[in-house]
Formats: sequence, C-alpha cells, structure tokens
Amino acid sequence: MRRVAFTANGTRHDLEIEPRELLVYVLRDRLGLTGTNVGCDTSSCGACTVLVNGESVKSCTMLGVQAAGMEVKTIEGLAHNGELHPVQQAFHEHHALQCGYCTPGMVLAAVSLIDSGAATDEAAIRHGLEGNLCRCTGYHNIVKAVADVAGVS
Amino acid sequence: MAVAETATETFVGTSVKRKEDASLLRGRGTYVDNLTLPATAYMAIVRSPYPRARITSVNLDAARAAEGVVSAFSGTDLADDWKGGLPCAWPVTEDIKMPPHYPLATDEARYQGDGVAVVVAESRALAKDAAELVGVEYEPLPSIAGVERALEEGAPLVHEDVGTNECYVWKLETDDFSAALDAADVVVTRRYFQPRLIPSAIEPRAVVAQVGPTGDVTIWSATQIPHILRFATQLVLGIPESKIRVIAPDVGGGFGSKVEVYAEDQLAVTLARRLGRPVKWTEERAEAHVATIHGRDVVHELTFAATNDGTITAVKSEAWCAMGAYLQLVTPGVPLLGAWIYSGPYAIPNYSVTFTGVFTNTTPTDAYRGAGRPEATYVLERTMDALARELEMDPIELRQKNFVKEFPYTMASGLTIDAGDYDATLGRLLELLDLDAIRADQAARRESDDPRQIGVGFSTYNEMCGLAPSRILGAIRYAVGGWDAATVRFQPLGSVQVVVGTSPHGQGHETTFAQIVADQLGVDVDDVEVLHGDTASSQQGMDTYGSRSLAVGGIALWNAGEKIIGKARKIVAHQLEVAEDDLDYANGTFTVKGSPDRTMGIREAAFAAHAAHDLPDGMEPGLEQTAVFDPPNFSWPAGAHAAVVEVDTETGDTRLVRYVAVDDVGTAVNPMIIDGQVHGGVTQGIAAALFEEGAYDEEGNLLTTTMATYLVPSAAELPSYETDRIETRADNPLGVKGVGETGTIAAAPAVINAVVDALSHLGVTDVGLPATPERVWKAIEEVRT
Amino acid sequence: MIPAGFDYEVAESVEHAIELLGNGEDTKLLAGGHSLLPAMKLRLARPALLVDVGRLNDLAYVKEEGETIAIGALTRHKDVASSPELREHCAIVSYTAGHVGDPQVRHRGTIGGSLAHGDPASDLPSVILALHGELVARGPGGDRAIPAGEFFTGVWQTALAPHEVLVEIRVPKLGAAGWSYTKMARRAQDWATVAVAAVVHGNGSVERAAVALTNMGATTLRATAVEKALVGGASIDDAAALAADGTEPPTDHMASSDFRKHLARVLTRRALEEASRRSGRRARGG
Repeated sequence: MRRVAFTANGTRHDLEIEPRELLVYVLRDRLGLTGTNVGCDTSSCGACTVLVNGESVKSCTMLGVQAAGMEVKTIEGLAHNGELHPVQQAFHEHHALQCGYCTPGMVLAAVSLIDSGAATDEAAIRHGLEGNLCRCTGYHNIVKAVADVAGVS
Repeated sequence: MAVAETATETFVGTSVKRKEDASLLRGRGTYVDNLTLPATAYMAIVRSPYPRARITSVNLDAARAAEGVVSAFSGTDLADDWKGGLPCAWPVTEDIKMPPHYPLATDEARYQGDGVAVVVAESRALAKDAAELVGVEYEPLPSIAGVERALEEGAPLVHEDVGTNECYVWKLETDDFSAALDAADVVVTRRYFQPRLIPSAIEPRAVVAQVGPTGDVTIWSATQIPHILRFATQLVLGIPESKIRVIAPDVGGGFGSKVEVYAEDQLAVTLARRLGRPVKWTEERAEAHVATIHGRDVVHELTFAATNDGTITAVKSEAWCAMGAYLQLVTPGVPLLGAWIYSGPYAIPNYSVTFTGVFTNTTPTDAYRGAGRPEATYVLERTMDALARELEMDPIELRQKNFVKEFPYTMASGLTIDAGDYDATLGRLLELLDLDAIRADQAARRESDDPRQIGVGFSTYNEMCGLAPSRILGAIRYAVGGWDAATVRFQPLGSVQVVVGTSPHGQGHETTFAQIVADQLGVDVDDVEVLHGDTASSQQGMDTYGSRSLAVGGIALWNAGEKIIGKARKIVAHQLEVAEDDLDYANGTFTVKGSPDRTMGIREAAFAAHAAHDLPDGMEPGLEQTAVFDPPNFSWPAGAHAAVVEVDTETGDTRLVRYVAVDDVGTAVNPMIIDGQVHGGVTQGIAAALFEEGAYDEEGNLLTTTMATYLVPSAAELPSYETDRIETRADNPLGVKGVGETGTIAAAPAVINAVVDALSHLGVTDVGLPATPERVWKAIEEVRT
Repeated sequence: MIPAGFDYEVAESVEHAIELLGNGEDTKLLAGGHSLLPAMKLRLARPALLVDVGRLNDLAYVKEEGETIAIGALTRHKDVASSPELREHCAIVSYTAGHVGDPQVRHRGTIGGSLAHGDPASDLPSVILALHGELVARGPGGDRAIPAGEFFTGVWQTALAPHEVLVEIRVPKLGAAGWSYTKMARRAQDWATVAVAAVVHGNGSVERAAVALTNMGATTLRATAVEKALVGGASIDDAAALAADGTEPPTDHMASSDFRKHLARVLTRRALEEASRRSGRRARGG
C-alpha cells in the first residue's frame, strides 16, 4: 500500500491505496465518485475520461498513485453551484446523450477540447473526440452540442 | 384544496427535452456497477481458452487458499443448484435440437469463453487474482467455426450426442412457387456473408444479487428484460417468481445483447444463496467479447425472378445461420424475425424462405439491433441493385416499379402491412439528395481517372417490429406472449404516476411516455413521473426489444389513460348530476354539453376519487387504471435511405461522405428522440458496412478480442447525417410505429451499394462485409486481372 | 482490467531511476503509462516493480542546440505537437506527435515512452529513423547516443540496456528539406495499418530522401531500395514501387501481409510526392 494525496473536485484526499489500483477505481470505489464509468480494458472507449490538471485523461490508463499532487475533476465536479456546465447544458439541449454511459467521459473530453482551443470546426471536433466511443447517438448530436458551445457553425 | 394548474400545452409532436438527462449529465446514473451493498463478495469466472475441450479436472485448492477468497466452485459443484438450464424461449420447429445449457460447463467446454469455474472473493481484484489460480486440465478437441464447413460431412460436432450440427430447418413457401421461378424472363441469384457483430453496449453487463432472510431474492441486473429474467430465474433456480424482484436501474445501452438470461446472473443468485452475502459481478470488455451474445453470422443465397420489364415475380431466400455453441433466449428465432419481409416494400407474389440453424464452436448468437431484419434487408437491397444491373435498369426506377402502392397490403408471406407510402419516402429522399450533382461529380472523377471515386447507394426498406401479436407468436412456437402493460395513477393532488412494463436503456421512455399521458390528461409533462425497470413497482410487462415499447407499451399506456378518463367521467357526471354522454372531455376538463360554464377538471375528479365522499354507488375509491395491450398486428415502419461514399481506389480506404435518411415511423411523438434513434441506428448499420467484424479463425478462436481490434467507429470516422420523415398513421390509437431498429436495418445495404456504385465503372459488382480497405482493394484487383 | 500486483517506486532523478532499475528482474519504467498500462491491464505484462519517472520534469523540454533540436524523453506528445521549435525546424515530429493515439493519449503519453516501447506499429519510431535521429540513453556509466538505425531491435525490443534510461531524442533541423508522414489507419485512434515517414532533399524534386516504414516488420524499417533508387535518379513512381522490397510485414486483423506491401508502395509514393512539394520552399523563400 502507498499513501497518496490528491485533489478531486476541489476536495483534498489522502488515501492508502495499492499501486495497482487504477485511478478510475480509486475514484469509484474509494471516493464514491461513480459518475466516471468503465467501458473497456484497452484505453479505447474513453468512458472513464476525467480532467487531470485541466486536461482530458483516460482514468483507466493512469494509476491512482500517479495522481499524487494532481487536481482531478470528474463529472460530479463540473456543474457549478448547481448550474450545469455549458457543455452539459448543450448536451441536454441537443439530445447528445441516450443511455448516458459514455456521457461523463464524452462531456469531459469535450470540455478539454474546447478549452484547448482546438474545436475550430466540425472536422476538428470530430477528430478531437476520436478517443471516445458512443454506441447510441451516432455522434451527430454530440458534435452539434460541442460546436454550439465552441461557437462553431 | 389546491390542485395543480391544468396545462394547455400539447406535448405529442414536440421535441420535449429529456427528463432522463438531469441525473445522467451529472454523473448520477444508477448503473449496476455503481451499487455496492454492505458485505458484498465479488465473483470472477474462469473461462475456457479453447473453442472446444474436454474438462478433465478442475482443481480449486490454490484458488480457495488465496488471499481474500470466500469460495470457489466448479460446474460439477453447482450442478445440483440448477432446476433447469438457461432457457431458450423459441424452439422454432418441432424437431429442433436443443442441447442442455447450464451456467457452467461440466464435462466439455464448447466455445472460447464458456464458463468452467467461479471464484468469489472480498474484492474484484482478489477474485481476478484467484481465478488465475484455478487449475483446469483441458483436453482440446477438434472444433469448427464456420456455418458452411460445420455442415460438411465429417465436420467436428459441437454436441456429439446431438449427432449433427444442423439445429433446425425452417421453411415458408407459397403455393406453386417453382412454377413462378420457371416462368421468369430473368433470374438473378447472389450469395452473401454477413459476419459476426459484437453488440458493444458501452456499459458492460453487471449483476448484484442479494438474498433476504425469507429467501426472497433481489437481482440488480444490466438487463433489457427484468420481467422475463424474473420468470426465467424461477425456471433455472426453482425460486418462486413471487419471491424474486428484478431491478434494471439505468442501463447503459443494450441493442439486444441484454435481452438475455445469462449464466452470470444465475450464478450470482445461486452463490448469494449459498454464501448468505450479496454477490456482484461486472463484466470486463475482453469477457464481453466472448461471454455476451453476438449478432449476424449468416450465409445467404437470394434469388429474384423477374420479367424483362422489371416486374419482380418471385423471391427465394436460403440462409445458413450460426447459432453458436448453445441456444440462448431467442437464438433460433432471430432469422424468423426477418422471415416475412424478404419481399421488403415490394409487391412480390411468390415467396420462399428457408433457414438452416447451425451449431458452431463460437459464442452463442442472438438478437442484435434489428435481429433478422437487417439480414433480410441487406440481401434484398443488394440484390435489387444486382437485378437492376442485369436488366440495365436504373435501381431507383426498379424499386419504384415494384413498390407496394396501396394499403393495407397483404404480402405473399401472409402478413398485412397496415399503412405506408413508399413512393413518398423515396420521393422526399430524392429531393434532399440532389442526385444529379452527385452523378456529375462521379462522371467528372471517372473522366479524370481520379484515384478517389465516389458512389451513391440506396436502400428502400420496410420492417416488421412492435413485437408482437401473442397469437402469431404462439403460432410460430414462441414460448410466451407479446403484450405489454401500463398503469396510470392520479395522486390525490393531481400529479400522475405512470408504471410501464417496458424497460428502457437510453430510449427516453420517461419523456416520451410522459408526453402521451400529459396530453391525454391535460397535465404538464413535468407532473408525470414514469416508473419502470423494477418488478416490485411494475408487476406486469414484457420489456424492451424489437422496437416494441411505443408501438405496444405506448398503446397500453394510452388505453390506461382512456380508462382513467372513463372513470373520471363517471365521477364528474355523478357530481354535476348529468349523464356521462352529456359531458365533453378535452385537455383535462369535462364540460357539460351546451353549458360551457359547467365544468370540472380531471384533477378535481382525481381528488374526489381519493376523498371518496361522494362517488357513484359501488365505485371503488382512487383513480388508478391498468391496461394490458396485445397488438393485433406488427408495426410496419419504412423508409428510403441513401449513402454517398468516397473510395480511394489505390488503398481501398472508403469513407462515408453523406447519409440521407427519410423514414416513416408513423406519428412522431418526440421528433428529437426519433432523430436520435435514427442517428444511432444508422451508425450501427454503417459500422457493419465499413468497420465492424467479429472474426474467428477456422477452429473458433476469436481474433477480435478487444475494442482495439473490434472497430466500433468514433466521431472521426463519420459525417453528420441528414434526416427527414413522412408520417402515415399506423392502425393504432396513437398512429405510432417502432423506430429503434430502422436505421440499422436500412444502412448497411445503402453503404455497400454505394461502394459498388463507386467502382462499377471498373466492373466491380460486389464487395464483402465489412468493406475494409483490403476487401475493396481486392475487389478492384480481381476485375483488373 | 486490473493489473497483477507490483511494487512501485517514484524516481527522484534519472540517477535514482537507474539505481532502482538495478533492484532486480522484471523492473519497468513508467512514464506516461500509455504503452505499458494497457498491457498490464490485460495481464500481458506483469512487471514486479514499476519505477515512475513521470515526475522528472527536467526531462520535459524541447530546445534548439545549433543544427539540432533536443527533445527531453518525458515531453508529452501534446507538448511535442505544439512545440514552436519543432514546428519551425522539424515539423514532421510535431505533426506526427499530434496524430499519435487520441487527445487523452497525447495528454499523458511521452515521446520517450513511445520510443522505448519499441512497437513497430507506433508512429514516432519511423519519424526518428527517417530523420537519422539519435536517442540518448543514460546508464550507470553515463550517457551514450544511439543512432535511430540501431535503436529498434525487435517487436517491443530496443537497444536500451536493462539499467539504462532514455533521456533525450535528438533530431536535425530540416532546413529546406521536405517531409511527410503519410498514415493509413482504420479509425483515427488506431495504430497505423501502414505509414511512411519521408524526408526529401531537393528543390521541388527529389535528389535524395530518407524513407521509413511503420508496421512493415518487427521494427520500423528503412526503405533502402527506395532511397537508393532515388539517389540513382529514379522517378518517384519507380522508386516507390520498391518500397516493400525485403519486408516481411505481419498479417493481422487489420490487413494481410500482401496488402501491407501494396499499401507501403502507394503510401511511399504519396509521401514522396507530398515531401517533394514541401521541399526547397525555405530556400526559394529566402
């Protein structure tokens, strides 16, 4: 076991964890932040995407111990004072989610993409979401929602 | 008393934003893996690495001694727990071979992934560690993966005691069929293989089972079918259904793969009973690829007979369909779901369909989005283009010439389509498409010998869904009914609770169903709460699959609403001292005919029903009604889709450039949700056409074991879509048809027809599924040499 | 999805990492983790000890040193992709780093981790090979520079000794040379089915070129027949036709060996065409 301290959604946590515990399981099983989902075991689907120091990361491909000293943001920490983040709101307006399982990862990947300034047109948005798989929506409305927030027509 | 205001808005037909989103967008979904009960133990399954092997011995000593292990069991250890095998509900013929199928194999593993032992430990990591310590001695046996080779003389047998790999032969043929074939001017026969598809819901399966002090069992399962699972659990474990509660909380997609009675659910229950602790299991993706059902894997030979002017006079289909190693819930019946629509939207008077079910040493197949209908539509729409080439006729003209024009229309296969307008859907598609511009671009590229060629392909389809009339199901040997149930309950102060027997997993039932009831009862959509997915609150239901929830469950709901209005009318007539016939009802308010100021709201009636101070003699208090609806017919959506592709003729790389879909799904209750269903459905069809292939080697070793090798496309591989609708009312009170599967049914042939069109000037007439770069390149090479 | 158990140490310095590598068998360095952790989750890799070098921030840099650009091994793909020095002087590296995996991979994965993994389907090895780059390894005895042509020795095998840490990658400034990294992948996030890195010297034409092939064998490969033909004055078309000579590419779920050979020829031609179009611009532009 190793001691690791990091911040999740603004709250500092100091935990004893096994080195082999993936960040996603630390979030889900240790902190009860079950909004971050697990969809595959090959870093393909992106359902587990969270923000680490503001950037999208697949939390299944990072050990909990690697998060030491870092700031992690999960879907639970995205809304501010109960108000949905603009990307969450746009997903609602544009019907960009169906079963909702890929949604937390997709939303955080989109937040990171928009924040990076790379969401410049539809093609860039589509490529910027290449690491997140959705089986329900065909991406059509996801792309519309992200384009809306990014101010891209 | 304060009752809520009556709403004046109309909700049906508008894109009401989804009620489901509020929790899902905040990460507050209730997916099964999010649930951890006190004292939970975790299950891990030991699976056969061989497609077929004799299980010589199972040594559990090391696993049982490992850190944190609660217990470990072989198939033999648990054999007495099973009162029955995992059920197959659709023995399609009288002489079908139905080998027994238990949650764990005992003597022989028959596919890669077949469970042979189970370990239970204090954490999922320790369970996984200990599962590696289980010592299974296997004696590998000859095995077989392909349906055609499995039927050859001397092929290894999946079930030695059955004596053949042929599971069943099922046939439907009109009288004098052969004569019609003989009389034709033109006969076109084409052969197709539709490979395996791995459903790939992003949420893997999961189950938590808990046993209460009186032997009552609660099962949280990532399932589409809580009611059927409850029923089946009695069959497998002998626990009375009355003691079983199944909860399907938020379910992260299903696409048919969660319409199943899986080994793991039954194992979790039986171990929870044995150990006296909650038992949890969550599938890993690599497990999902072998342990969750697959779709398709069908070889077809399709024949059209036609006159020289392009009138199709007969269609004949022969298909060899992989069952996999065992029959799951409706494995043998999947082809039959397409059996009646091999004539599609066309008036073809002579009809012959034969299916041969074939056992192979592979993961069982079962219903995957469209189930049977994509298979039929693919071979039909591909062969329409082949016939057009043979006749040197425009493929659009050939389709138009053969469309069914008048409804209701009874097909040669015997079923009756209630409504449609196939010329109108295709007409609207052509308006949106601008075919002339596409053909001009194509001509210019051909002229300049551009390595990047474009093509356009069409698919005009119809489908039968809304499963299903119980009498017909009985006639085709399905074990249970096809009805559904709904309850509408006015709370005393005017909010409405709806309980439905369907079980959504992304379709937005909470919103769509609320819209229907809100309009009927004149309340706000936010005042309607829809409960589902828990057999404790929803006692009756047949769950969600086959695009049935709105077309069957929605009508049950509407009927329940009508019964509410009927009872309220009695109360209002009594209190206003008028005859029931003297009351008009609209938008939540009863008005005495001819006296517009004498009114009473349905919410007031609801309060009166609960207060019960002044009800008609003999009336029970409360305003709650249940309706069970058994549909008299299937649902018949239809549409016209077109795909435009660009093919790099040097590398074979093929990209979808445009996709245009015009569908007729009857009344659009929520256009936004319908468009979402079309987008998602179309994407799974496009994926089958260009990306996805569950590949086995000849022995039955799965080659596409992960999401890195089974290629579910991302946003980067797809364009935005263009969709539109026409509406012909179905023959039901709401006029609605199913929509969940239409896109998947339509898309694959449209895309492949487009690929063939792009290469037609080179002489290419066929490209196999999926049209990988290598297959496209080979198709070009073959016609060049 | 859950790795087998292992011990974990954080390296405080390169020297500390080298010391920890000496602790025993089955020790692996962990940088971004995007090559190693996926294999560990499927239990295809089971190291006994992971030495985390991910916090050695002094190994995350891109700097100009005369005619060379030095890239710290722990520079993340996204920082390589956005480096002004690379975009100005060696854009094939920044461009290719921007096409590795997906954004999440690029946020965490490092150039050194990717190269040290030695995956023949990986993009960056071919680029470094086509550039005649050098890989600087530090061991108990100090630094040594390994030419890219000697670094990749087999599938997931490199010339790094068990106690060595890859610390720097050195690539030349391209000057007026043209470049291309032409990749074909089924999905954007997939490994290349085949890809070609080309660096072309000439002025809108090809006088000489370096060409390296991704996923055409056990390691990234130089297409030496193509290079020789070009020096001998062959046309791009004729030279590219030799791209698969001597290769033994794998057959897998993405493509057969024969199809890969075909792709190598087509993509080499396209890469040379694109690179030659880009060549000489700086010279022409003054």
